[in-house]
Parts: sequence; C-alpha cells; structure tokens
Amino acid sequence: MTMLIFERSGQGRRLSLLPETPVDVEQYIPGECLRRQDLDLPQLSENDISRHYTELAKRSHGVNDGFYPLGSCTMKYNPKLNEEMAASAGFCDIHPLQPLDTVQGCLQVMADAQKYLAEITGMDAVSLQPGAGAHGEFTGLLLIKAYLRSLGQDGRTKIIVPDSAHGTNPASAAMAGFSVINVPSDPQGDVDLAALKEAVGEDTAALMLTNPNTLGRFDKNILQITQIVHAAGGLCYYDGANLNAVVGLVRPGDMGFDVVHLNLHKTFSTPHGGGGPGSGPVGCKSFLAPFLPGPLAAEEPGGSYGWHLPVQCIGAVKAFYGNFLVAVKALSYILTLGADGLAAAATQAVLNANYLMKQLSGSYDMACDGLCMHEFVMSLEKLKQETGVSAMDVAKAILDCHMYPPTMYFPLIVHEALMVEPTETESKETLDQAAQAYLEIYRRAFSDPESLHNAPCGTVIGRVDEVGAARNPRLKYGD
Amino acid sequence: MGGYLPVDPASQRQMLAALGLSSAEELFADVPREMLMKQVDIPQGQSEMETEKAMRQMAGKNKVFASVFRGAGAYRHYIPAIVKNVTAKEEFVTAYTPYQAEISQGILQAIYEYQTMICRLTGMDAANASVYDGATAAAEALAMCWDKKKPLAIVAASAPPQVIQVCQTYCFGSGMELAIAPLRNGLVDKKALRQLLQDRPAACFYLQQPNYFGLIEDAAGIAEIVREHKTKLIMGVNPVAAALLQTPGEIGADIAVGEGQPLGMPLSFGGPYLGFMAANKAMMRKLPGRIVGETTDNRGNRAFVLTLQAREQHIRREKASSNICSNQALCALTASVYMAAMGPAGLRQAASLSVAAAHRLAEGLCAIPGFSLRYKSPFFHEFVTECPVTPAYLEERLAERGILSGLPLEDGGMLWCATEMNDQAQIDALLQAVREVTV
Amino acid sequence: MQIPQDLQYTKTHEWVKFNEDGSKAKVGITDFAQNQMGDIVFITLPEVGDSVAAEDTLTDFESVKAVSDIYSPVSGDICAVNEDLADAPELLNSDPYAAWIVELENLGETAELLSAAAYQAYCQEQEEA
Repeated sequence: MTMLIFERSGQGRRLSLLPETPVDVEQYIPGECLRRQDLDLPQLSENDISRHYTELAKRSHGVNDGFYPLGSCTMKYNPKLNEEMAASAGFCDIHPLQPLDTVQGCLQVMADAQKYLAEITGMDAVSLQPGAGAHGEFTGLLLIKAYLRSLGQDGRTKIIVPDSAHGTNPASAAMAGFSVINVPSDPQGDVDLAALKEAVGEDTAALMLTNPNTLGRFDKNILQITQIVHAAGGLCYYDGANLNAVVGLVRPGDMGFDVVHLNLHKTFSTPHGGGGPGSGPVGCKSFLAPFLPGPLAAEEPGGSYGWHLPVQCIGAVKAFYGNFLVAVKALSYILTLGADGLAAAATQAVLNANYLMKQLSGSYDMACDGLCMHEFVMSLEKLKQETGVSAMDVAKAILDCHMYPPTMYFPLIVHEALMVEPTETESKETLDQAAQAYLEIYRRAFSDPESLHNAPCGTVIGRVDEVGAARNPRLKYGD
Repeated sequence: MGGYLPVDPASQRQMLAALGLSSAEELFADVPREMLMKQVDIPQGQSEMETEKAMRQMAGKNKVFASVFRGAGAYRHYIPAIVKNVTAKEEFVTAYTPYQAEISQGILQAIYEYQTMICRLTGMDAANASVYDGATAAAEALAMCWDKKKPLAIVAASAPPQVIQVCQTYCFGSGMELAIAPLRNGLVDKKALRQLLQDRPAACFYLQQPNYFGLIEDAAGIAEIVREHKTKLIMGVNPVAAALLQTPGEIGADIAVGEGQPLGMPLSFGGPYLGFMAANKAMMRKLPGRIVGETTDNRGNRAFVLTLQAREQHIRREKASSNICSNQALCALTASVYMAAMGPAGLRQAASLSVAAAHRLAEGLCAIPGFSLRYKSPFFHEFVTECPVTPAYLEERLAERGILSGLPLEDGGMLWCATEMNDQAQIDALLQAVREVTV
Repeated sequence: MQIPQDLQYTKTHEWVKFNEDGSKAKVGITDFAQNQMGDIVFITLPEVGDSVAAEDTLTDFESVKAVSDIYSPVSGDICAVNEDLADAPELLNSDPYAAWIVELENLGETAELLSAAAYQAYCQEQEEA
C-alpha cells in the first residue's frame, strides 16, 4: 500500500527554496486579519516528494503505458515535440496582460490556430476561450441564445438532443437556460427522422448532434437532418467529440452545422492530463460570429497582430484567452500533420476501428451491423444472459492484460455496452494482441465465469467499494 | 507514412484485405459523396524540424520580462524544480480521467491529496478535483447557491474584472440575476451591502480576498452582514495569501474558490490555470465536477475512487447543476507538488516575502514626486498608485528597460504587484527607472 | 416483494399513509422502487415548510450510478422530514416502509392512489413488461 503524502511528513523537514530573510508580517497586516488555524501541509525533503510521485506514477496508466481504447475519448499518442514547444519560456513566461507589442508571437499562435480550426470545421470564425468540450457546448449554446434574442425570437427555448447523446449535451442546454427535448435514435444510433420532424417547431432553438454518432456510425441522413431543423427556424450545433473520425475529410460546416466545438485534447492530440487541462474552441458561421466570446486574436494589415472584440460578444466564459498552452500544442500538431496528415490520421483511425471490430465480431455482438467509423460499440447483453458475465466483468478482466478497458455502459441506448476507440496511433500488432485478449476473455466467460467476476487480480488493488464511498464520503485525509 | 502513424503500407493492405476492402475510401461509404473533401485548405504536413522552427519563431516574437511587477489575476512566483519534474511524468500527462480505479490509483490518490491540501489551505470541509480557472470557479459557486426563491447573486465590485465578467456570462445562461455591490475607498461598502440585502433577498454574496486592488477586506465584518440576511458567503481567495490571512473556514464562508495559478503554474499567457473549489459540509454535495473519495477494495486495501457521481452530468443529464466533466488534473497535481515542496514554512515565506516586497516597493514609489497610494487601508502584495505621467507612458518606458510595470488602469491609476521574485535589486532598479522616466 | 395492506400506492412507486383523522400523510418509496435502484447512497431531503403538489417532484434519491425522482402522492405542506435518512440512506433499502421520507399537512388533492392489491398487480405488469 502506498503511503499518503501526509503520512510521509516529518516535523521540521523542508526544502531550501526561498531566501530565509525574516519578515514581520504584523508590520503590514493587522493581527485580526491573520490566519489562526495551523497550516497543516506536509513537511518533506525533495527526495520524499520525488519518490512519492514516482510511486503514484507507477500506479497510473497513460497512453505511454499501453493500449487505451477508451471510446469517445480519443486516447491517441501525444507527440513529444508539442510538449516541448508549450514548455518554452517564450510561451510559458508571458503575462496575459503584457503590452501588445510584446506578445505578438502568442497572438500569432492564436490567430493561426483560429484560422486553421475554422477551415478544418468549415466555419467562419473561432474562439479559443472555452476550457474544454463541455465548456464549448455551453459557449455555443449561449451564442445561439444571444443570436435568437437579437432577432426577437425569445420563444425558441428548446434544444433537441438525441437519446444517444453525451450527457454533457442536455446538461449544457440546461445551464444555458434552455429546456431539453430528447428524441429517440434508431437501432443504428441514427436520428429518427420522423421523430425529429415531430419534435421541431416554433419553439426550437437548436439541435445538438455528434456525427459520427455515439454508436460510431456516420449518420448518412445528415443533410436531411440539418435541413429539417433549419426549415423549422432552428440552428444546428455540432458536438465535436467524435471529429477524429473525419478530420481533414468531412467538415461540420458542409454537413449544415452552424456552430461547433472541438476537443483539442482529443482530435488534436494535446494530452488529457488525467482529466485536464483540455481546450474546447468554438467555431461558428459568420452570422453568429459577432456573438463569440472574446477577445479574438486578429491579423492586421502590415503583418502584426491585435485583439478583436466581437461587437455583440456574449462576454467572457473564462479568464483571459483560454488554455493558451493547449492551443500551442494543437497548432504544433496541425503544422506537423498538415492537410494530408490529418486526413491520413482520420482514415487510419477508421481502419483501425474496423479491423479490430472485425476480429471481435465473430464472438462479441456488435450494437449495429456494417462498417463503423473511428469507434464501435459491443453489446454484451446476450453474453450476460448466457454466462452471467457483464460488460463490467469483461472490462475488469482487460485490466489484467495491461490495457485500459473500453468505455463502459455508454451510450445508454445499448445494454451492457462496451465502446472501443483504438485511434490511429496503434499498430496492427497492438490491435492483434488486443483482439486475442478479448477473445480469450470471451472464451473464459463460458469456461470459467467466476474468474471474470473476480477480475482484476493482477492490479495494485481489486474492485472498490463504490457504495461505501458514496454513502460515507471521505473526501480528505482525516475524514 | 508520416505523422505519428505506426502503420506501414503492407500492414495497411493486410488490414483492408481482412475487411474485404480494396481501398480505404470504401470505409467512408456512409458519407455523402459531395461532402467528402479532397483536402482542407491548410498547409501540407512537414517535418518535426520544420515545425519546431516555426513554433520557436513565434515564441521568439514574445518578450520575456525578467522583472515583472504585474499581477491582476496572474502571479509570477518561484516554481521549484521538483514541480516541473513531477508534472512532466507521462503517466500523469497522458492518462484520462481516472474512470478505472484499479489502474488509476496514482492519479486518484494525487487528486485526493490535492483535495486535502485545498481544504487545509482554506479551512473548508470538502474540495472538488478542480475546475477550469478561478473565474469559472466563482461562476460555478454562484450556481451552487441557486435558489428559486431568491434568484439573485451579488458580487463585490472589488472582485477581479475577469471574475465579474465570467459570472455575468454564466448568469446570462442560467437566468440568475447578478448585482454588483459598490465600493468605498476600494473596499466593499458595508452599509451599501446591507442595504442591497435588505432591499432584496440574495442567494449569495461573492467576496474577493485580497481584492482586485490588493486590499484586505474586512471579511469577518462582511460575513456577519451576509449571515444576518441568510445569504450564502462565497470567498474568492489568493492561495498564497491564504497561508497568512484568515481562512474562509475561519470567516464562516459557505464556499471558498480561487485561482490556483500562483501555486506553481507559470503565467502561460493566461492558461491553463486552476480553479479550486471547497465547501462546508452542508454544501458538499452541490460541488460540481469530479470528486475523489477514500474507500476500500475487495481485498481490504485502502483505495481511492471517483465518488458522489450521481451529481454529475453523465447521470443527471439536463437536471445536473453543472455540465463540467473534466477537471484540471495536471494543474491540480502541479499545485499539490508545489504545496508539498514549499511546506507550511515555505508557503508562508513566499507570502511574507511578497507582502514585504510590495510594501518596500510602495514606499519607494511614494517617495517619488507624483506617486501616491490611492487607498490607505492595509494591502497584501498589490496596490494602486496615482502616477505623475500617464500609466501607458510609464508602461512603455519601463518596457524599454526590460521591466513589466504595474497594470495601467483605465482611470489613470496603476495596479502594482510584487512577489518573492522581486528582490531588492529588482525593486531598486525599478525605482531608478521610474525616477528617470518621470522627471 | 413486500406490499403492506395498510398503505396506498402510486404508479411511480411511492407509498402514502394517512393518519387517523386524515389530516397528515407520511410518504416513502416502495420495496419495488428500492429494489430497482439497488444500493441507495443518498437522498436529498426537502425542507420543512415547502409546499408540493400531487404528482410533482418531491425530491430525488441516488444510487452510485443513477438518480431517480420521487413524486408526491398528495398535495400539501411539508411538516416533517426524516433526518435519519441523511446519514443512513441505506434504511430505504433495508426497510422502505419504516423509512418514511416526509410528512405532509394541509393536504389537498391526491395522485391516482392504488390499494395494495392493485399495486401488486401493477408491479407484476411492470416486471413482465
């Protein structure tokens, strides 16, 4: 068992980091404003800290540690150059409120990233301010809200969301003050056109959609879908979570979408960081551009760069200009891959997913037939009925193979779902090994189901008591 | 095949053959033909060497100031070497949100330790795994206090402009009404605040400590007024200052939030930063985002896991109070390693040296004709002066000398900041430069 | 599955028990509801003094991976809440009919209420569906 950092602490241990000039604080700050509570941070040597976090690193699994086909999350390899660029002093040590002539390079990074992302999505303008995908959704919906208000169409209060959507879609709609209409999907996860026609009307603000959808299928009715919504006076919002399947090949703008968010930490390979920081730029068609959160970076005549605040700006959604260093990494990625490389990456992502799906489809049931895009969803409902082995059991057994399991129990419309997204940066050999592991587990579901209920057994801990954790929350050391 | 694809042409052909396809284009059969691009209009790919050159050229167009006297929401502190070393570990950099507890114990434990440190720093009962930044943390805190019987939030005018702006944008979404509490001498006007609260019941009041002008607010006195009106108190605090100042817990705040950037993160042209959020026990379940809890595994070991998930968007969907599903884990890790490296004595020392440097700077500036402190009350490591020349002129002249001055304010003042990074030699050089350009 | 005879039920799986003079009513969730949900980890307790209309959302309760609304079987004002559930939500699993959630007074109209027998039949239908 690993000690907590607090358990490693020893009274009086410390690093020598700052000059030890004594300061009489009470000379400056009235005594009654001073903290009385003990500041109980750990007291450690540098070696204590180094060992501690090295141990924690060993108890974690990143993309560098092995196959990570977590569906909908696009866990591709994160190029080292991008990290190095973002760590350079010329980007890191720049104050956000420096004079304009001292931040021309930062503005160029932003202006170029805005320009390339606009072209890649088929949009007219992009703001880099949102901090993640969900934040981008919220921002995009506020653009729609502000736009509709400017037209006096306050009565458009409903956002249509398919039941296969990511949970953030309805949550973002609610945060932006809209109410949500859920529309059913057909068994392929495609939008049910009849249900959509029924749902749209004078109260429709927008449809939120991800394409490819969460079953990993490209909705081939996409042009009809966006037409139906536009005909009813609504707007179309593209959830860019699954853009990796089509980046460089198909543009949301050409599918009929008016506003889009991207997840730079997915499609553009800026790392996930164990949960963040990410970045969720929002792009839109020109009629929405005046509402974008700002300021935006703009190239000016003469080759210099300045700020541009959209005239009907919704305000700021985040302090300053977004997660700038993440934009640096994304730009570095885009420059390296270029138009041809992005298209090749998307193509390989789709080929890898289909290849792995093919290896597994003789045993596992797929949620839908035919080819998939960048990910596929398996349904273990029948396996569970026959053997008692659940999607959770299979996922936990995968842990013993030193791979990260697929996304479990999503999308909600598939029972006992496992969602697999290999990404383009995995080799055929890795996919073959993964297929063998999955097929072996499938066989064990029939021969030795008990061993799967007890999996994993080779990890540093076994399955955890989530019920106990939620009933009696212990959220800090000492609780 | 370039880029980062590990697939050679032969294996690509084998894979296509296994699918019974003759070309990769057939994979996109569902995409309407007219929609498929030949190519997007961005440059073609290039080598790593060429990209590096292009990126370094851009970085080179920025000016890195060795001497920085500017804060206003982004602070330059010393970053220990161990911080950069630990946070560059690829297991932390390249992992996803720790869904699978069995192989994510390291990240889960790191977040749990972070939550504990934030609670100890703020004196609160429970913290989340972080949100995007201090401004969105403030906006999320307002949302935590949403009360349909009191759809009004009040924010102190002495909060940083970026906090006020982001709160306004979030309120445009939620429909919560936002009022700004006016100031007197740079501090929250307590009489006016009492009047505001008497006029209309408010769900919450947001107070910044130290405030945007660096001044130390009478948090205890304000808390009393706020409590009398059954309004929730949200305190936005600077985490370095929190090592010295009365904690939100001691003040009796319901929620504490703040910008975590001073805890070991570089200035980074504004991001990524870290929004920390902590609450008292009664508000714990209203915290947005990820939360890690301690539990046991089926072998009886101590274990950590994402918990209280039924609050979140993937379960509550449109009924969730926040849509957030990420956290700033790598920035939270940065803050943890920073706090562990500094320890209680080191963090107090960073805060003390900053306060002392700011006061020496203020004294030195005010000895120069035309400079005076705008506000007379105690301040932490920032303060506003009047200037004998226009602040923009002063900024420009100092920049020429390699010094990033205080921030010019729109009304002719300048907002200065000093930290432990501004040693006596830097302060002396600044004062000398100011004397030269203001004679 | 337990369905006590002396209670009335809703199709949304709440039970209601009126006191002798019919002036007050206690409300809880049924055995069927707790069983569907699995291990209950938290219940949001409403506030005394709040009013609720029949069939409107009274509150909600959580398992590790789900959340479910509780609808009021009757209109009224909340005069008491079962504070024990704050620290021990598992009581809703172990003894759902003892673990009342709220007590209402100033009662008004009711939702469609079923007898024990009718509710039993309804649950059977649900399970077969």
